[in-house]
Amino acid sequence: MSAAEQARTRTEAQARTGTEAQARTGAHPRAHAAAGRRGVVVGPVGLAWRPRVFWYTVAALGAVGVLIVLGVAIGSTWIAPATVLRSLFGLETGPDAFIVSTLRLPRVLTGALVGLTLGVAGALTQTFTRNPLGTPDIIGVTSGASVGAVAAIVLGGGSYSVSAIVLGGGIPVAATIGALLAAAAVYGFGWRGGVQSYRLILVGIGVSATLDAVTSYLLVRAKITAAAAASQWLVGSLSSTSWSSVWPLLMVAAIAVPLALATSAALGIGQLGDEVATGVGLAVQRHRLVVIALAVVLTAAAVAAAGPVGFVAFVVPQVGLRLAGTNRPPLLLAGALGAALVLAADLLARSAFPWQVPVGIITTVIGAPYLIWLLIRHRKEMSR
Amino acid sequence: MISVPAPIPTLAPVREAPATRPSDALGVHRTAVRRRALVIVALVVVLALVAVASLLLGSNRIGADRVLDGLMRTGSSTDEAIVWGSRIPRTLIGAAVGAALGIAGLLMQGHTRNPLADPGLFGVSSGAGLAVVIGVYVFGITSTGATVWFALVGAIVASVVVFSVTIAGSGTASPVPLALAGAAVSALLGALTSFVVLTDQDSLDAYRLWVVGSLAARQLDVLGAVWPFLVAGLVLAVLNVRALDALGLGTDLAKGLGENVLVARLVGLGGITLLAAGATAAAGPIGFVGLTVPHVARALVGTGHRWTLPVSALVGAALVVLADVVGRLIGGFAEVEVGIVLAVIGGPVFVAVARRRSLVSL
Repeated sequence: MSAAEQARTRTEAQARTGTEAQARTGAHPRAHAAAGRRGVVVGPVGLAWRPRVFWYTVAALGAVGVLIVLGVAIGSTWIAPATVLRSLFGLETGPDAFIVSTLRLPRVLTGALVGLTLGVAGALTQTFTRNPLGTPDIIGVTSGASVGAVAAIVLGGGSYSVSAIVLGGGIPVAATIGALLAAAAVYGFGWRGGVQSYRLILVGIGVSATLDAVTSYLLVRAKITAAAAASQWLVGSLSSTSWSSVWPLLMVAAIAVPLALATSAALGIGQLGDEVATGVGLAVQRHRLVVIALAVVLTAAAVAAAGPVGFVAFVVPQVGLRLAGTNRPPLLLAGALGAALVLAADLLARSAFPWQVPVGIITTVIGAPYLIWLLIRHRKEMSR
Repeated sequence: MISVPAPIPTLAPVREAPATRPSDALGVHRTAVRRRALVIVALVVVLALVAVASLLLGSNRIGADRVLDGLMRTGSSTDEAIVWGSRIPRTLIGAAVGAALGIAGLLMQGHTRNPLADPGLFGVSSGAGLAVVIGVYVFGITSTGATVWFALVGAIVASVVVFSVTIAGSGTASPVPLALAGAAVSALLGALTSFVVLTDQDSLDAYRLWVVGSLAARQLDVLGAVWPFLVAGLVLAVLNVRALDALGLGTDLAKGLGENVLVARLVGLGGITLLAAGATAAAGPIGFVGLTVPHVARALVGTGHRWTLPVSALVGAALVVLADVVGRLIGGFAEVEVGIVLAVIGGPVFVAVARRRSLVSL
């Protein structure tokens, strides 16, 4: 991108969203009010009023709603959307209601929540590392969870479904423990009188590489059936979900997503660099710990429920940022897009193939070309 | 303040003590050069020692005399087979692969200016992986010799796709779209690989062994297949050194210094592709080397690519051969693959380095 092009985008951004400083920082609504701009305050959450972000978020949430209903309706037997809605509100009894509430709804809700949490977590880590490659993976969450889950599958023996039944909650618990330990290791080793994002990234590389090698070792030495089961888990799959996967995920999302939104203003300030952020009065280290902890908890919950569903945390924030024309990924939009992506992918995975393709393959196959298309279209827009 | 260079015993004669010169900077520069040259000499010695260890040590515990007999083809046929059939090929392949990956990683991080970039980011590993899986699934290939060609073609096709997307997207192959396009294409190819692998257990079996990265069971013909790619890549990398230093100052400054940014990018990307594709075809995707070695090189000799390029090559080569030796020894007869050893031992070391030293950021 040439300087002239950069300057032009910057002017466009100013025209759209007010002064550049605000566009960058997304400062507190009161500051916006002082500058003659509107803000939105809901409890601890203060957001700048950006029509483009708002409407895209509304549209994405609408799509999530439609996809939830469709996801429940479509399956080996078709259930009319009207019946689905009646069942959801408890107005329907009989076999359809059973299929809806026991078989399909948990899977669809898990998918939506996995997408939401991964999207928000990805937006958080990409923002604080100021790096589009800075997915939650770099804090070691995914690698740690993978070691835990693959160890549970390989050492627990047997096929995926068998071990899932035998171990009960074994795989999710092992994955969660692995994820939290790995994240703690990255943060702990990255600490040297404070955590600085560059050093954190490097430490994350080292820790993840080590853990991934352990996973590879387990895979190479495992029986081929166990390796197949583990490979399926490693792509991310919704095939063994039940209400017991929904509840922990819902609890984490209900607490961590609002907290993440509450850090939005600070995230914007943090993007200006440590010196400036400290100068404006942001407690940089505390803020960073909060952001990392939120990203870790959100990712760990999602990965424990469905495995590391491919590419969601990476692509969704980048798509949200390009749709909304902001300088950093908008959190809620990223979450809503994530939910929509996973739901749509799961729908495809269940209906378009003769065998159940893991959802993580489809999210990548949808998400990656879309990001590529956005990259190419971005160029055309700039040269216009 | 350094006014006079310290009188260190030197390898090259110092022309004149610049004590009377007004410019202190020149003296400082000269010590810095000497220090970097010493680093390179030390690394050459380390590489030689590691190579000797690689010839002497292995799961067949034979003494140095028998190794020497095997080497001279004067001993028993077993010794000869061990030395010429196994140890020499894997030492040479390991050194070539390590050096190639070290340089490719350095170029990659220089062009993307992203510390998270490794040669695999261009789709090289994922393209090679998909091609290998297709080779096994569709054509039923089994030998390492055939795998090499599939991996080479897959790696090169994938990276050409990544460049095309990037140049279509940004016009100049600039860093952020490059990283994003690379990650997107890699993920897509990885997903397709998973799709095949989860459908077919034979493919999974071949893929899981290939993907960890190994030097075992490779003959010299593997090197015969990949060396033209490695040499061509090295030439492009060396040609790219000056432009890379300029690009490190930012695209605009590089233009101001008279660099043709697009040409510089294409030369660099071509070099990365050839080096990484050759290395991946020979030994499977060893991600860790390209990712970490450049950081070590910058910590040792600073950011100038004239110095980091040879240092990355030497560190990479020594690292891969050393890891291979360790893998042969710790596993007994069931060797541990070099890719696993590298990451399991190298990971913590890298963390320690990242903590200890203030690493030179890009």
